[in-house]
Amino acid sequence: MKKFLSLLVVFVLIASLFSGCAKKEAGDVVKVGWIGPLTGDQAVWGQCESNAVKMFFEELNNSGGLLGKKVEVVAYDTRGDGTEAVNAVRRLTSQDKVIAIIGPNSSGQAIPISSVLEEMKVPDIATVATNPKVTVVDGKVKPFNFRICFIDPYQGAVAAGYAIDVLGFKKAAILYDIGDDYSQGLTQYFEEVFTKKGGQIVAKEGFKTGDVDFRPQLTKIKAANPDVIFMPYYYKEVALSAKQARELGITATLMGGDGWPSEQLMTMAGDAVEGSYIINHLDFDDPEVQPFRNKYKQKFGKDSEINGYLATDACTLLVEAIKKANSFEGEKIKEALEGIEIKGITGNIKIGKDTHNPENKEAAIIKIENGKYKFVEKYAVK
Amino acid sequence: MLSWYYLKGIIMLAGIYLLPVLGLSLLTGFTGLFSFGHAGFMAIGGYTTAFMMMKLKVPFIPAILIGGLFAALFSFIIGKLTLKLKGDYFCIATLGFGEAIRLLLDNIQYFGGARGWPGLPLKTTLTTVIIIDIIAVILLRNIIRSRHGRNMIAVREEELASSIIGIDTFKYKMISLVISAFYAGVGGGLLGTYLGFLQPKIFSLTRSTELTIIVIFGGLGSLTGSVVGTILLIALPEILRSFANWRLVVYGVIVVFIMIARPEGLMGGKELSFDIIRNLFRKRVKEVKAEGGK
Repeated sequence: MKKFLSLLVVFVLIASLFSGCAKKEAGDVVKVGWIGPLTGDQAVWGQCESNAVKMFFEELNNSGGLLGKKVEVVAYDTRGDGTEAVNAVRRLTSQDKVIAIIGPNSSGQAIPISSVLEEMKVPDIATVATNPKVTVVDGKVKPFNFRICFIDPYQGAVAAGYAIDVLGFKKAAILYDIGDDYSQGLTQYFEEVFTKKGGQIVAKEGFKTGDVDFRPQLTKIKAANPDVIFMPYYYKEVALSAKQARELGITATLMGGDGWPSEQLMTMAGDAVEGSYIINHLDFDDPEVQPFRNKYKQKFGKDSEINGYLATDACTLLVEAIKKANSFEGEKIKEALEGIEIKGITGNIKIGKDTHNPENKEAAIIKIENGKYKFVEKYAVK
Repeated sequence: MLSWYYLKGIIMLAGIYLLPVLGLSLLTGFTGLFSFGHAGFMAIGGYTTAFMMMKLKVPFIPAILIGGLFAALFSFIIGKLTLKLKGDYFCIATLGFGEAIRLLLDNIQYFGGARGWPGLPLKTTLTTVIIIDIIAVILLRNIIRSRHGRNMIAVREEELASSIIGIDTFKYKMISLVISAFYAGVGGGLLGTYLGFLQPKIFSLTRSTELTIIVIFGGLGSLTGSVVGTILLIALPEILRSFANWRLVVYGVIVVFIMIARPEGLMGGKELSFDIIRNLFRKRVKEVKAEGGK
């Protein structure tokens, strides 16, 4: 038995060593890499992204390819972990020799890979890595890091601006995840903008990733009697905390960022999130969004998460840049990406030369009504 | 087939993780204390090193040594408080400690909080990692072979008996913990300057358990086992890349199978040293001579 098991293990290992090596002839194929979490707690988003990227290039190949070549997607799992992301990018750039990389989906993975990108001169377009420091550190732009989404300060500022200027709320409470970089970022900028515009933060309570009971924090928030509660974290905790807030009798409007929109939220939270406002990258009901939305649903049998839309835009951006550069060389693609303008699913995207971010991208304000996401308006904060 | 650049990355990562694993090997394998908080010591070492280099402009090598010393200092305080606890209770105390450190760092905005600390100097090279690893292994081997090391093993085997023959068990547990935290701290410092980025999330409980798994996988009470275990278990997820979504499942299955096949760990408490190789060689020479004499 033991011998059989050890033999089996050895066999699996050897098989896996060679399974990656079934190479096609290199001449008319170029490779594009994707990294992100296919396993672990962020796997929902990673799998959606990798599906969207593969679907995009499949279509491109069927309609004649790119500059006369077929594109092959190489997707690697990172578990959402920074060190794994570095390994994956090292492999993509040196062994698979990809021309560019799409992803990852979080800043904790996007920041450590930049040194590898710079060494190997391969450009990367992050999908939802919203920390400003992904592309700019200490005032210097990182040459090979780009992104397709707006950044945390902007998202936090939009939420605060909309709450105070449009909805007319004066007293806000914040419940946030102290162990999460995204949550901390949004909280910081929401607080800054909200107080600058004359509002008041009446309560600010933290919880820890993985918590399921928010009643102690919510009780304190209830005592402070806010008009609006800002909840910048992901849909699982949102569903739980929103439900508990309603149970405690809190009637304040809830507000959240792009961690909210998920097909899971409605099933988990039900009535609790009714009437809430969300800052998002796009409006799901926008007619221009429908082709992708339907295609994805048809192919994979479920709705795409927000990551799928952004990943597709990242692909469009890359393809346009390659066409503009008329080359597959990393440095030329990088130069072409700077200042490029495209019309993507999530809006008009113009990559800034000094920031490598999409500039002045409008955010979509979504309201939850009758258990559906309802688009209210496009909003950019001044 | 494999590109050197990619391979180099994995070797460096394995080399970096070897340090906390060696530390834990001393604590768990030779002193018999389980710890689930070593990622916490790595975090202290990493952040101290980063602080030294970024804010105080201390050169690289002194900075990682200070990082290690700082982790050791922390472990001394923790040890004073918790080493009197027996068995599982100590293990739980370290678990709490590791999580506490991570949550503290999540909230210290001076170090970037949960969003992390980007832009650290990239000083870790393959040569530095290998040199530090070699020094670390030799040092640890000498510690284990010394009187102190034998006392630690005595504590592992039978704590009561060793205290009766006059070994200060508390002192030897403490020495073991401090050395082990020092190793973890240096490892954390190297990791920070390898990634150029530190985030509390990197030093989560999963990291601590991974380190313990490596030590047990390699074989408790064997340095060779720790080295081999580190290399294998760091390389394994990379080898399995082509499994995509199922990668970690396969990883888990393989580790479970190996543990069933060899419950005592890869090396099972044995060491591979030059003496053994020499003896093997001598035996062979004798055999050849004997055959030649016929």
